[in-house]
Amino acid sequence: MAAPQLHRFTLPNGLRVLLAPDRSAPVIAVSVHYDVGFRSEPEGRTGFAHLFEHLMFQGSESLEKLAHFRHVQGSGGSFNGSTHPDYTDYFEVLPSAALERALFLEADRMRAPRITEENLRNQVDVVKEEIRLNVLNRPYGGFPWILLPPVLYRTFANAHNGYGDFTDLEQATVEDCAAFFDTYYAPGNAVLTVAGDLDVAATTELVHRHFGDVPAREVPTRPSFAEPPPVGERRAEHVDPHAPLPALAVGYRLPDPVTELDAYLTHVVLAAVLSDGDSARLQQRLVHRDALVTEVSAGCGLFSPLDARDPDTFTVTAIFPPAVAPDRVLTALDEELERLAGDGPDADELARVTARWVAGLHREHDRLVSRTLAFGAMELLHGRAELIGELPRRIAAVTAADVAAAAKAMRPDSRAVLTVVPQGGTE
Amino acid sequence: MTAPATHRSAEEIGRTTQGPRPLPPLGEQRAASEPLTVDTVLPNGLRVLAVHRPAVPMVELRLRIPFAGEESTHSARAELLSTTMLTGTQRRDRVRVDTDLARVGGELDAVVDPERLSIGGSALVDGMDVLFDVLADVLTGATYPDDEVRRERERLVERITVARSQPRVIAREALQRHRYGDHPFTREMPSAEDVARVTAEDVRELHARAVLPRGSAMVLVGDIDPQRAVDAVAAAFHGWNSDRSAVELPPLPEVPGGDLLLVHRPGAVQSQIRLSAPFVSRTDPAYPALQLANLVFGGYFSSRLVENIREDKGYTYSAHSYPEFTPGGATVLVDADTASEATAPALLETRYEIARMAVVPPSESEVDSARRYAVGGLLTSTASQAGLASMLMSLAGMGLGPEWLREHPGRLQRVTVDEVAEAALRLFTPSRWTGVLVGDADRLSAPLTALGGVRLP
Repeated sequence: MAAPQLHRFTLPNGLRVLLAPDRSAPVIAVSVHYDVGFRSEPEGRTGFAHLFEHLMFQGSESLEKLAHFRHVQGSGGSFNGSTHPDYTDYFEVLPSAALERALFLEADRMRAPRITEENLRNQVDVVKEEIRLNVLNRPYGGFPWILLPPVLYRTFANAHNGYGDFTDLEQATVEDCAAFFDTYYAPGNAVLTVAGDLDVAATTELVHRHFGDVPAREVPTRPSFAEPPPVGERRAEHVDPHAPLPALAVGYRLPDPVTELDAYLTHVVLAAVLSDGDSARLQQRLVHRDALVTEVSAGCGLFSPLDARDPDTFTVTAIFPPAVAPDRVLTALDEELERLAGDGPDADELARVTARWVAGLHREHDRLVSRTLAFGAMELLHGRAELIGELPRRIAAVTAADVAAAAKAMRPDSRAVLTVVPQGGTE
Repeated sequence: MTAPATHRSAEEIGRTTQGPRPLPPLGEQRAASEPLTVDTVLPNGLRVLAVHRPAVPMVELRLRIPFAGEESTHSARAELLSTTMLTGTQRRDRVRVDTDLARVGGELDAVVDPERLSIGGSALVDGMDVLFDVLADVLTGATYPDDEVRRERERLVERITVARSQPRVIAREALQRHRYGDHPFTREMPSAEDVARVTAEDVRELHARAVLPRGSAMVLVGDIDPQRAVDAVAAAFHGWNSDRSAVELPPLPEVPGGDLLLVHRPGAVQSQIRLSAPFVSRTDPAYPALQLANLVFGGYFSSRLVENIREDKGYTYSAHSYPEFTPGGATVLVDADTASEATAPALLETRYEIARMAVVPPSESEVDSARRYAVGGLLTSTASQAGLASMLMSLAGMGLGPEWLREHPGRLQRVTVDEVAEAALRLFTPSRWTGVLVGDADRLSAPLTALGGVRLP
């Protein structure tokens, strides 16, 4: 892909800034990535990073409650934020006439968010509704992103539920919020990305004008969340009151995405060889030849590839009829991995994976908001947004021997298996 | 929570010595460039719309084939057709269809609903001819192999079971029955029993009878020369022919206002509120005013409904009010999911906001905000190839084209505050509304009975 020219600078307060001009459409996107996610929340405060994300929309020194939403949408734009294991992002996409306004909005809440008891209680209620919607009141809620980590990981940081328990959410205080903001939301702990219809010199000046006087604060030392891979196969069951069919999720550990990027990308290729498209190995074997499963999918990352630091998770998930024993699915998976470990993928398989990956990146990054968030996340996690443009070449360089070795390392004696026991029946 | 050694209080954090700062004004908005477009009808009756949008070296494809059927088993056959049409042709088996597409970074996917069979796809632009060849092969030569149909039929039954366990699907089906009875428009998902009875021969017969170019439309957006792309389509699809036209769903009856229906879902911890009223189509002269009135009510985050039941009361994670364009008209739908204990209060507030729209008309600033959002939304949502292709396909489904997209910002700019007030009075008359609630009736019945206007199960 024709990677845009990236411009970067750092403000005296430590804020890292990335500009990615592209004048093809008169639209602009602004994002801020803070280097804190739900892995950093303390015991007794599960779900706090996500709750705090909600509070960052609740007003700041120059903006009453509701003003942020009204100014973005009333300028013709849209907004959102999301909380990941290792970072939290905030973003707007707007007609380019609103560029300075978007910078103002992000700067104001980076400088002085207004955190009140009333807004905290209101957003605890909203987050609980979000959790009911996405987890408690639906089949396969939190599958596998909430359910698999406690089987694969042992430490609180990696294993706990990032959406949070209701009791923890209810106990969150304004004081907790103040401590969290002062600790993690320093300008030196963030990356500002501006992409789209912008002039580099003018935008640089605007960034200095709006973010320049956000006071520098100490940046916390980032802890390591490393833990050893599992010894043996860890198994657990989850009873799902709404699910009509059984499901299983298999979790393996991935190479460190930052220090072993090419090994990580080999697993991205492996996942595609296993499950991407009707010709993929697990589709042919599990869905069609053996007719064991309704759906099967393999992938890197609990949400998407290259979205977290180490440790990260390779998942295989399947939904299947009650007549099928979960171990039959596992046995077939192991046989397919073994076959790949022996022969590797053929040249055409690799070429197909590369072509689909390149096409997928083009499509994703043609959406300005996706491109902006990808640049910001890469800059934050890897220190190099340019990686986005290099991924096709690095994916294409993965060899059959690399994939075979990766498949060989995915052993039953070092993985997690979560089985979903359906209690939904027909409603 | 473990706090750092020292940190400021929330009050200190929310204050600076300089104090609040003024909101910067909007700059000058540059207009989007007018892309090169070809909009034509091929001799076989297929409308083709091709747009040059070179941002990335891809081509996006959308194909819409009107696909209505009156028979009660139509949806089962149509659903199985859509899940098996890419599993075999005279020239390719299922794996070959996928590998040919994959080599050019391509994908094709077919889905069906009561109105249409929709095929969407994309490929690296260098592989456009392969994308066309595979699609033409499927449209003119899909064979529906017996064993593929047998396996997909099993999977379809399983997938329907999973889908029907989703609260949003339960609510949608209840709302459709409540609004339209047994009209074909309600048959969005077939019954497992009907699917089990469909044979490969049934599907082949349906394909021959209903997968037709006349009355269908194709949209192409990408790094393409539009005229050459249209020529390539004409060449690739020349064998796709019929004198008959694809079957459109006839206009729907108007949804009558009335009591809400409570649907019991035992053990639910959250309820689905789904309300509906008549709306107007995109071509109606009143559409721009009604669009803005609906935005002010609940059509975006900065709306009366969201600011009330989410940001003030915390009853819901999200609330939406949006038009659903139907054959010959449109309705408006309001969605909110809310904890059982908050359901009756959320319904009360929603009804209040509906009535308030009618009698306390949107202010000038409410209208201006909605207007800028509507105009800006058109710009941002069509800035990508895929976004533009999907928008053009949805317009083409109503017989509209790129000119509608080009002219709509002007229509929105011309709407007056008074016209929005008039539209609001028309749309938000409470007696015009109906809907369903899905939740645990054991917990909901008493407060809903007290509110009234709800029929219990």
